[in-house]
Amino acid sequence: MVKEIERAGIPVVHMCTIVPISLTVGANRIVPTIAIPHPLGNPSLSLEEERDIRRNLLTRALKALETEVSEQTVFEK
Amino acid sequence: MLKIVHYINQFFANIGGEEMAHIPAEVREGIVGPGLAFKQAFKDEAEIVATIVCGDSYFNENIDEAKTSIIEMVKKYNPDLFIAGPAFNAGRYGVACGTIAKAVKDELNIPVLTGMYVENPGADMFKNNIYIVSTKNSAAGMRDAVKKMAPLALKLGKGEKIGASSEEGYLPNGIRVNFFEKERGSKRAVKMLLAKLNDKEFQTEFPMPDFDRVEPNPAIKDITKAKIALVTSGGIVPKGNPDHIESSSASKYGKYDIDGVIDLTEETYETAHGGYDPVYANLDPDRVLPVDIMREFEKEGKIGSLHRYFYTTVGNGTAVKSAKGFAEKYAKELVADGVDAVILTST
Repeated sequence: MVKEIERAGIPVVHMCTIVPISLTVGANRIVPTIAIPHPLGNPSLSLEEERDIRRNLLTRALKALETEVSEQTVFEK
Repeated sequence: MLKIVHYINQFFANIGGEEMAHIPAEVREGIVGPGLAFKQAFKDEAEIVATIVCGDSYFNENIDEAKTSIIEMVKKYNPDLFIAGPAFNAGRYGVACGTIAKAVKDELNIPVLTGMYVENPGADMFKNNIYIVSTKNSAAGMRDAVKKMAPLALKLGKGEKIGASSEEGYLPNGIRVNFFEKERGSKRAVKMLLAKLNDKEFQTEFPMPDFDRVEPNPAIKDITKAKIALVTSGGIVPKGNPDHIESSSASKYGKYDIDGVIDLTEETYETAHGGYDPVYANLDPDRVLPVDIMREFEKEGKIGSLHRYFYTTVGNGTAVKSAKGFAEKYAKELVADGVDAVILTST
């Protein structure tokens, strides 16, 4: 799906936990996430801490969308 | 008799489904689960001395630790061969089987074998490194998988010569092996042509490599003005799953209006995905589809706006062709709606 969105001309960032799969599939902008059943959260934290994590990850996703890339890029931070 | 160590996941070990996918690796003496079918196929030629069981999520979220601990377990048994799976179309399981088989081969210098469906992400990742037998897409194909894997396993364990992929049943790994066809080339070519002319299925003897890559689009110039859409393969749907998106092998996607929605809650949304433990996503669907923070960004002016609709499907054994078809369709709508960028989340 990432590739088809990209092919349609819309920049897309893939947020996922198993980065090797995303690389194999062909996503160009990748942000690694927390865990498979809760990519953008962490139930062992308080609700506020969880929102902080989510905010940080999404800030990174926005940064990825604002960054020119010429090849597959994983935005680790 | 050849000594074999077998790797399987929590599901095939009968420990549990998604709710047990977090368990770390453990070793059991002898046969567990599908090992029995292998034992019958091996007769007296090989024996599974130990079975390593590991949760699929644990493996994929802790790849380095999992690899190190499993390699230590395998080493202890000093086997002649290592078998992982088969994983069929289970994505995390396939990636785990491929990763650990490759690690065992590289670090312990033991022949390895796994099996999975050709669309399993683990297949593309590892088919050039290890022998991967091509299996059906569900565990209903176990008998067929074992029938193909067992003879190849014995050959590998004994160090015998391995034939071409079409003879042995493994996924083509880019290495050419010479062999004599039963029929001569002209006859095969005419047969193929007749089949093609009659719209019948035929198999090329020279498949073109498939390098489906899409060039990255230019970056967003000013994200504070951009309209951003959320898309997910994590199966988030309005409570009750009104369009009945299947929990696996999804045949459709959903498009849902989130105009005025500032937070996804347990009462209003849930996940339809059957391939991960749904507890956390059901309690707070923002953990998969982060509408709450996107609304916050919208309010603070960090983004232009959040697109009025989100698109969702279940990425669980869903055919690549289906997923491609879904996205081709809704990407057109996204373009028509003037969406500037997409955040796609996966579980």
